[in-house]
Amino acid sequence: MSELTGRSAAELAAMVRSGDVSAVEVTDAHLERIAALDGDVRSFLCLGPEPAREAAARVDAARARGEALGPLAGVPVAVKDMFCTVDLPTTCGSRILDGWRPPYDATVVSRLRAAGAIVIGKTNLDEFAMGSSTENSGFFPTANPWDLGRVPGGSSGGSAAAVAARFAPLALGTDTGGSIRQPAALCGVVGLRPTYGRVSRYGIVAYASSLDQAGPFATTVADTALLLEAMWGHDPRDSTSIPSAPEPLLASLENGVAGLRIGVVEELTDVDGIQPDVRAAVDSARALLEKAGAEVDTVSVPSVEYGLSAYYIIAPAEASSNLARYDGVRYGLRVPAPEVEAMNASTREAGFGAEVKRRIMLGTYALSAGYYDAYYGQAQRVRTLIIRDFARAYERFDALLAPTSPTTAFELGARTSDPLAMYLSDVCTIPTNLTGACAVSVPAGLDAAGLPIGVQVLAPALGEAVLLRAARCLEAGFNFTARPPLGRPEVAA
Amino acid sequence: MSGWETVIGLEVHCELATATKLFCGCPNGFGAEPNTHVCPVCLGLPGSLPVLNQRAVEFALRVGEALHCDIAPESIFHRKNYFYPDMPKNYQISQYDEPVCGNGWLAVGERRIGVERAHLEEDTGKSSHVGGGGGRIHGADHSLVDYNRAGVPLLEIVSKPDLRSPEEARAYVAELRSVLEAIGVSDVKMEEGSLRVDANISLRPTGSETLGTRTEIKNMNSLRSLVRALEYEAGRQAEVLEAGEAVIQETRHWAEEAGRTHSLRSKEESHDYRYFPEPDLVPLMPSAEWRERVRAAMPELPAARRARLIEAWGISEVDAGVLVSTAGLADYAEAAVAAATGDGPGGGDGAGRAVTNWVTGDLLAYLNERGAAPASLPLSPAGLAELVRLVADGTLSRPLAKEVLGAALAGEGGGSPAAIVADRGLAQVSDEGQLAGVVRAVLDTHPAEVERYRSGEDKDRKKLRGFFMGKVMAEMKGRGNPQVLNRLLDETLSGPSSS
Amino acid sequence: MSNPLTRADVEHVARLARLALSDAEIEQFATQLGAILEHAARVAALDTADVPPTSHPIPLANVLRPDEPAPCLDRDVVLSMAPAAEDGRFRVPRILGEER
Repeated sequence: MSELTGRSAAELAAMVRSGDVSAVEVTDAHLERIAALDGDVRSFLCLGPEPAREAAARVDAARARGEALGPLAGVPVAVKDMFCTVDLPTTCGSRILDGWRPPYDATVVSRLRAAGAIVIGKTNLDEFAMGSSTENSGFFPTANPWDLGRVPGGSSGGSAAAVAARFAPLALGTDTGGSIRQPAALCGVVGLRPTYGRVSRYGIVAYASSLDQAGPFATTVADTALLLEAMWGHDPRDSTSIPSAPEPLLASLENGVAGLRIGVVEELTDVDGIQPDVRAAVDSARALLEKAGAEVDTVSVPSVEYGLSAYYIIAPAEASSNLARYDGVRYGLRVPAPEVEAMNASTREAGFGAEVKRRIMLGTYALSAGYYDAYYGQAQRVRTLIIRDFARAYERFDALLAPTSPTTAFELGARTSDPLAMYLSDVCTIPTNLTGACAVSVPAGLDAAGLPIGVQVLAPALGEAVLLRAARCLEAGFNFTARPPLGRPEVAA
Repeated sequence: MSGWETVIGLEVHCELATATKLFCGCPNGFGAEPNTHVCPVCLGLPGSLPVLNQRAVEFALRVGEALHCDIAPESIFHRKNYFYPDMPKNYQISQYDEPVCGNGWLAVGERRIGVERAHLEEDTGKSSHVGGGGGRIHGADHSLVDYNRAGVPLLEIVSKPDLRSPEEARAYVAELRSVLEAIGVSDVKMEEGSLRVDANISLRPTGSETLGTRTEIKNMNSLRSLVRALEYEAGRQAEVLEAGEAVIQETRHWAEEAGRTHSLRSKEESHDYRYFPEPDLVPLMPSAEWRERVRAAMPELPAARRARLIEAWGISEVDAGVLVSTAGLADYAEAAVAAATGDGPGGGDGAGRAVTNWVTGDLLAYLNERGAAPASLPLSPAGLAELVRLVADGTLSRPLAKEVLGAALAGEGGGSPAAIVADRGLAQVSDEGQLAGVVRAVLDTHPAEVERYRSGEDKDRKKLRGFFMGKVMAEMKGRGNPQVLNRLLDETLSGPSSS
Repeated sequence: MSNPLTRADVEHVARLARLALSDAEIEQFATQLGAILEHAARVAALDTADVPPTSHPIPLANVLRPDEPAPCLDRDVVLSMAPAAEDGRFRVPRILGEER
């Protein structure tokens, strides 16, 4: 029987549907690969082999009964450990939630299970999604499958690495400042951040509520669309969830880009410290789109320069409030003390890592009496300026082009002593979070060191269809078929 | 306290009587086993999100309408951030500078007391303290937290500092409570915590326009406590100021048993709530149609009802106040009057006054003794109406009517005073012939007294008159019609000598 | 450039945030946070006089739910998560703060 890992989700779903292979076989094949190779990558915080096999068996039984199967039936999915899952612990990569079992599933997780997907495990992340390298995990760092001495990016580094390593064809991540797109770029996979409100946030542990959005990782643009369609749509449990039903995506994927107007964002392609290979990849992307019939021009969106500053006020401010609930009273870690105030403080000191504490402190300060207007108030006004700037750009263009990350994967430990240096990894991705729009990173090739380079397409709010059309065009043009040099080579499909 | 003007503002928290909590579908109710009315949302579990209860908004709009407030075209929620074990998220979702209602007023006596704002917010859980004295936090060993109440919808109603005395403050709360009850948004029971009052009080020299330093007073659990606490605090502040010192702006706790306030200044710094707009909720923009529906559905408010009853029935303000401020009592009285007059709540021919007397007298005493509500009275409004008619048409004397009422409340006669009258043969006798016979018989039996009456002085005559009436009434077993008897006695005593 | 954040500032914020920072952390954070705030202060200089703040990136309003009950959690499940429980309630050490 031909190798089951390394296939796309669409292929696997078709094979399960047609009966060529059982869901249990698919699940087992992926679990075996994980067992063999994840020791080096450490993309998973925990695995759920038993519940996964049970879910797969249920898919097989349904098929045997002649029932219609969901669009993801039998397809393994890796889930970032920010999503509540009833059958697996949810730690958010933090010791303060070590071992915590939620009594409910995130809406997104429920929808995937209903679509027949098999949740195989929870992936590693920067603690509470704060970081760009997964080195802030409270447990251990994840390695980049392309070079185990380098970071996979973050905060959804575990999910990106798991898909890159073909531990699962699909993974869930969250993107608050670029935490899906940046690791996707560094790991050579597709990662999409949907428009704010497209995907329910219910059951996804909050980092920065007005910026967080869940999204898909996959190895192909088509698989990305497949997973997004299964995830998104209105949820009455999330007040910020967009009420209208989303449009189908797969149908329009191959519509091409002829006649689309695409703008290359000057300020992002010229950003400080951008690696020449990355710059060149954006130029190649431009050429590909032009060749496919798009009108490409450069565009200036000056206020992106302020995105990083605004983000690093707004996100920590919201986070400082969202993380106040971790106090040792109702769940999670408790460090005993004679008074509750001391118990709270000791618990949080012991349970949170340095980056989380840093952001809580920053956010608390930015909201505190006397400083609110100068910091948080001002940052929210700057956010409006950025939104207006992009709106102006979208009057002339249907989509925008930019690098995803200024550099390819850096070495583990290279940026951990300077928080600001780490924050600069997000300069190209942050503006989208501030505006609430959508964007995707697509693999463009490898740099001279053999590390993946990602290129980013941005579209206005609700513009996922255009986004995916452009992404599909780039995917076809770049034809990125390289795989990380991990373990034994797969039998060619 | 001469020379000082007392300035009081009140913050009233009203628990809204919705079926479910403000942001989740957990039941909103009193007295359940601890931690059985909780879910991921009101427990603030990681990943949970709030969704606003439509009926809570409806109730807020009703209150805004009843208090003559401006309803904000757009209002938003804010997070109020601080740590306390009874707060699942360590922030409270509330409203800050864009509340749903603003700028209203409530008439109290002759004055209009300004209502600064009314806003929605979620309630906290409840902590109980173990090991200290009397369940107080001071000296406790540990605390236990129940989150059933966490997330219950509250409407916080903030008055302007327009109140000028503890009594006026009490009257404001009583009237506000009456209004909230009339519009059906809360069961407003201070003893159960569905109505809570905190006060801000300061003094200033009489005639001054600037506000003095205020203190906040908490833990007043009844209207009486409110008055006592404010009287105490006003006195305390006067002493401080008269000693040439300054009042410290702080929160003080009213200790009911000790009869004084004491400072709550704790070792902790004063709170910096770091308010910011709640990102998990979207703005509230009640449509003009919705506000119009609320306006159109407003029931008669207490002030209007009191005025109507005074006008229609000719009763006093005090009586009207009692009827309207006691839950269900005015409804009962109006139903009784409607039944008595037969053509709707008119109250003509004195039925309104008569009903009011019975209701605010004997019936209210009965209810207060038992802590019961008018709906539970064994005598229905129709039954009371029957009693009123029996008195009005002369069948029953007032003293006997009281007896019949007592019997009806004890369950006799199956709720019908007429049945009791018949059973006990209590119908008043007005027949002149029969009464004249009894009068004659009594006077014949007491010729000496009759002689003394005819020849005696006024004060003797008065006493003897009472003596004769008493004898006649005893003969009649109390059922003689007093008016007829009086006339007959007059006639007989002043007429030619008997025999 | 002088650090906008003093040690006392850091201690104050740590108290507000209920973080029992070590001395070393206080020192380190004073420097790091100061640097981040300076970077963030670049936005402070922008003229935003007539610009309204954005709290919600996608404009929605009036999201309401009907006043209908939904299932609650089982109390055993709720308390099984608790670090300490007693009498059906969450147990915490004594509270120093204000009575409520």
